[in-house]
Amino acid sequence: MPINYYIFLSLALFCIGIVGVLTRRNAIIIFMCIEIMLNAVNLLLVAFSKMHHLKNAAINATAGTDGQIFVFFIMVVAAAEVSVGLAIIVMMYRNIHSVDVNFLNRLKH
Amino acid sequence: MNALLLSAVLGVVMMFSGIWLKSKSAIRNVAIVGMALLLVVNILEMSGMIFFRIDTKGMIVFDRFALLFDSIAFLSTLLYLFLSAQDIEKVGINYADYFALIFFILCGITLTSSFKSLLILFLGVEIISIPLYILTGSDKRNLKSNEASLKYFLLGSFSTGLMLMGIALIYGDKGSFDTNSINLITETPSALIVAGMLLLLFSMAFKVSAAPFHFWAPDVYDGAPTVFTSFMATIVKAAVFIAFIRLFEEAFGNLQNKWQLLMAIITVATLFIGNITAVFQQSVKRMLAYSSIAQAGFMMLSVYAMNAEAKEGLLLYSAAYSFATIGIFAVLIKMKDYTFDGFNGFAKHQPLLAATTTIFLLSLAGIPLTAGFLAKFYMLKAALGTGKYLWLVIFAVIMAAVSVYYYFRVIQAMYFKEGDPPVLQITPVFKWTLVILAALVILLGIFPNLLLTWYYF
Repeated sequence: MPINYYIFLSLALFCIGIVGVLTRRNAIIIFMCIEIMLNAVNLLLVAFSKMHHLKNAAINATAGTDGQIFVFFIMVVAAAEVSVGLAIIVMMYRNIHSVDVNFLNRLKH
Repeated sequence: MNALLLSAVLGVVMMFSGIWLKSKSAIRNVAIVGMALLLVVNILEMSGMIFFRIDTKGMIVFDRFALLFDSIAFLSTLLYLFLSAQDIEKVGINYADYFALIFFILCGITLTSSFKSLLILFLGVEIISIPLYILTGSDKRNLKSNEASLKYFLLGSFSTGLMLMGIALIYGDKGSFDTNSINLITETPSALIVAGMLLLLFSMAFKVSAAPFHFWAPDVYDGAPTVFTSFMATIVKAAVFIAFIRLFEEAFGNLQNKWQLLMAIITVATLFIGNITAVFQQSVKRMLAYSSIAQAGFMMLSVYAMNAEAKEGLLLYSAAYSFATIGIFAVLIKMKDYTFDGFNGFAKHQPLLAATTTIFLLSLAGIPLTAGFLAKFYMLKAALGTGKYLWLVIFAVIMAAVSVYYYFRVIQAMYFKEGDPPVLQITPVFKWTLVILAALVILLGIFPNLLLTWYYF
């Protein structure tokens, strides 16, 4: 399959994530949209890694593997972020019994 | 490499000390001794004593620039702990864990100051950010703290997403994460490179709270517990700036004429919004939050100019700004009332504290004989050295003049108004550390070479 398909697919996923973050009001859904953005990046990195491998395999047998290693790091960091983020959301829910981010406007004044 | 490994180990040590040590003063002493050890080990590495030699395949390079900045960050953190370690007690019950998180942040700072690969940049920025989300929300019962940490978390991970997309697009074109091989760009870069560079620029501007992406900063700095605001508005911000200038020098240096105008616009917007909004604040804490945006505008000048003076100037600026702001925040924590009126008559009741605070404020405003003046001077000199955009320098000078207004409002309240501000208990260690900080600010203002010779020798 040509690389363009992968690029369009992951850019579409990434834009869905961005639009979700900007328009939704529920903290958990915003959080899921951020995860979609990260996974779109993972997909793109794996596709590029394969592309570089096919192109350069004759010169360098390990060409393109660094992209796939990066994906593992993104997964680990995303997991760490999830654990902290859900803890913050739970902490807020305990205090105000809601996960609506409209609440976030109180600091302005 | 010394500091990188030791800071991670110290973080773990602090976590265990929370279990084994019963008294809070013992935990505090362990943290301060650990911090001093970290500083000493890093200075030893600067003079050639490297304890661990690990082959990182060129992904991390500890050059003079990185090591000197790490030393500045560690020294500031050490002084910060002397001043404010006791106040961390009031935040919550997990006393040792807050120190552990601070050490983990320092581990991230050593990574972001020395990366040669975009992978390390990403990891460093995340190792800084994730503990900061926790520290911001550490005052669990306080709604403002909750709100600040949720906002910081959502926007911070959003900008991480943008950064990752930028890295992925650049990888697609170059097939490598190494900054040197990314920089081998001909005159016409591909669309992937340009898009990736813009995404990286936006996400870094977000992390340093530069203008169109600054909106989270005042709320987060205001909502976080004041002790941690002091840490994140100074040391962490300077560290991200070091990463910013490294990234754009090493990875996109050849494309300078493409991004320079954009950087100039961001600088102007940051200076304008930071300074003008700070004028209208009623709370000193919120004023300092906007002032940190305004100072970020000055530091953006170095990223814009990207020459030898810019790198020297950024080191001096990060030292001057961190020392002065840590001092002001330490005094602010001791106050009960955070408004400008809360400082009325401060000089009569606490003459020493008022005098040192005045020195810090003068330094932030950029009055000669203080470090802040020379730092701003280096920045303007670097911006002039590019030979383009003279209006940028003129605008920066005007904005520095505006900043005098809101800094001097505090001095005016302290010296020329009557009042009896309630102040918390002040220890001799606190007073002496403030005096040392003020002395450092003046010393760097007269002999900046005390710091900058380390950069070359």
